[in-house]
Amino acid sequence: MIIFQNVSKIYNGNGHKATALEDVNFTINPKEFVSLVGKSGAGKSTIIKLLIGEEKPTKGRVIFASYDVNKLKLKELPYLRRRIGVIFQDFRLLANKTAYENIAFALEVAGRLQSDIEEFVPQILEMVGLKEKMFNFPKELSGGEKQRVAIARAMINHPDVIIADEPTGNLDPINTWEIIKLLLKINELGTTILLATHNKDIINYLGRRVISLEDGKIIRDEEKGRYVLV
Amino acid sequence: MLTTLFRVIKYGFLNFWRNGWLSVATLSIVVMALLVFEGLIIFNVLTKTAIETFKDKIDISVYFKIDTPEDEILRMKKSLETLTEVKIVEYISRDKALEVFKERHKDDPTIAQSLEELQENPLMASLNIKARNPKEYAVIADNLEKTSFRNWFEKITFAQNAALIERLGKIIDTAEKGGMIMIILLAIIAVLVTFNTIRLAIYSNREEIGIMRLVGASGSFIRGPYVVEGIIYGLMAGVLSVIIALPIVYFISPYIEIFIPEINLLFYFTSNLFILLGYQLLFGVSLGIISSSIAIRKYLRI
Repeated sequence: MIIFQNVSKIYNGNGHKATALEDVNFTINPKEFVSLVGKSGAGKSTIIKLLIGEEKPTKGRVIFASYDVNKLKLKELPYLRRRIGVIFQDFRLLANKTAYENIAFALEVAGRLQSDIEEFVPQILEMVGLKEKMFNFPKELSGGEKQRVAIARAMINHPDVIIADEPTGNLDPINTWEIIKLLLKINELGTTILLATHNKDIINYLGRRVISLEDGKIIRDEEKGRYVLV
Repeated sequence: MLTTLFRVIKYGFLNFWRNGWLSVATLSIVVMALLVFEGLIIFNVLTKTAIETFKDKIDISVYFKIDTPEDEILRMKKSLETLTEVKIVEYISRDKALEVFKERHKDDPTIAQSLEELQENPLMASLNIKARNPKEYAVIADNLEKTSFRNWFEKITFAQNAALIERLGKIIDTAEKGGMIMIILLAIIAVLVTFNTIRLAIYSNREEIGIMRLVGASGSFIRGPYVVEGIIYGLMAGVLSVIIALPIVYFISPYIEIFIPEINLLFYFTSNLFILLGYQLLFGVSLGIISSSIAIRKYLRI
C-alpha cells in the first residue's frame, strides 16, 4: 500500500546541502500499525511530508496505493490527500471554525452531500467523546480535545491510512494514552496507521512494527519492535 | 457543483463575519480607495467643464470698415469656414451689433440719447471666430493677415489679446496633461494600497490555507471564499463610499459654484448617482477579485 523505493531527500540551502533521507526502502501493508522512531532530525517528518506530497524526493519513488506520489501535479494532490488522514503535534485545526465545522470541512472538500455531513459528523464526534463541545472553537478546547477533533477530522473520510506526526507531543500522560487507544481502535477497524513518535513508553506498550531512523537512514525495521536507545 | 458553489459562498460570508476587525480594517481601506476613485471622477468632470468654459470665452473678432458690402463679409465667412482650425464663425451685422449694444445699455439714458443724436449706426459689422483648439488662434490670425479681404478690415482683436490667448492656451494644455497624470498616479496608489491590504489579510490566513490543503481541499475550493470576501468588500465599499461622498459633495458644491458658475456639483452628483455607484461597484468588485486571486496564489503551492 505504501512503498518507499531508494528514496533520498537532500535540502539545498545557500550552497550547503543537508541530507534528510538517504536511500530509504520500506513497504507498509494494509491494516498495519507502524511506528517511526528516531531523534529529532532523523527524518521522520520528511517521510511524512514526502508521503502527502508536501515535498518531492531528490531521488527514488514514493508510492501510495495507485499513486506515484512525486509525479502528481498540484491539481491532483487533493485526491491523494483525501485518502490519507493526517494528525499533527500542533493539531492544525482551522481557528475560525468550530469543532463541528472543522470535521465537516474535510467532507465538504470531498464534495460530500450536506445530508451525509449532518449524519456523520455528530457520529464521529460522539466516538471521540466530544459531542458536547461540537460548537466550540479550537481556542475553547483543551489540547487533548483539540487532538481528538483532529483525529475525527482525519478519519471522517474513511482514509486508507492515518499518519500521526508526534500526535502526543503536546499532551499530558492521560491524554496521551487516550489518543493512543483511539488510534489502536481505528486500526482495529481496518485503517493503516503510521505513527511517528519518540515516546519510548508508547512504543514498548504497542509491541507492533517499528522502523528506526538515524541521520536519514533506516537502522532497524522489526516486526515486534521495542524502543532501543542509540 | 452547485453544493460546492453554495459552500464557497457560505464560507466567504462566514470568514468575513468571523474575521471581525480584520474585515473592518480591510473594508475601510477599500472604502478610502474608492473615495479616491470617486474624487478622481468628479475632479475630471470639474476640470473638463472649467476648461471648456475658458475655451469658449476665447475668440478672435474681425471688424469691418463701415462701407464694406455685406456680400464681401459673407464670402469671407465662407472662406474662413473651410479652414480646419476654425470651429465656428459668427456674423454680426451692423444692425445686429446696434441691437446688442442698445440692449446692453438700455439702462443708461445718456448713451441712448447720444445714439439718437447720431442718427446713423456708428457700429461696425464683425465676424466672430472660434478655434477648435486655443493653440490654433495664432494660425488663424496669421491667415487673416494674409487674406485678400485684408483691405476691408478695420481691426482684428487678436493683436491686442494675442499674449493672453496664447498663455491661456498653455495653461489649459498643462491643466489637461497634469490632471491626467494626477489621475493615473492616484489611481495606481489606490489600487496598490487596496491590493496590499487584501494581501495582508490573506497573509494572516496562510497557516489556515496550508491546513486546508492538507485536508485535501482543491485550490479553487480554498480560493473561492477569499474571492467571495473580495466581492463583499467591493460591494460594501462601493455603497459606503457613495453614502460618505454625498454629504461632502453637498457641503462643497456651493464653494465650487463660486469659482466656476457653470458647474452644479451637487446636481451632477445626484443626477449621476447610479452611474457613479455602478462605477464604484465595478472598481471595488474587480479590485477585490483581482487582489485576492493574485494574493492567494503563492499559498496554494503546497
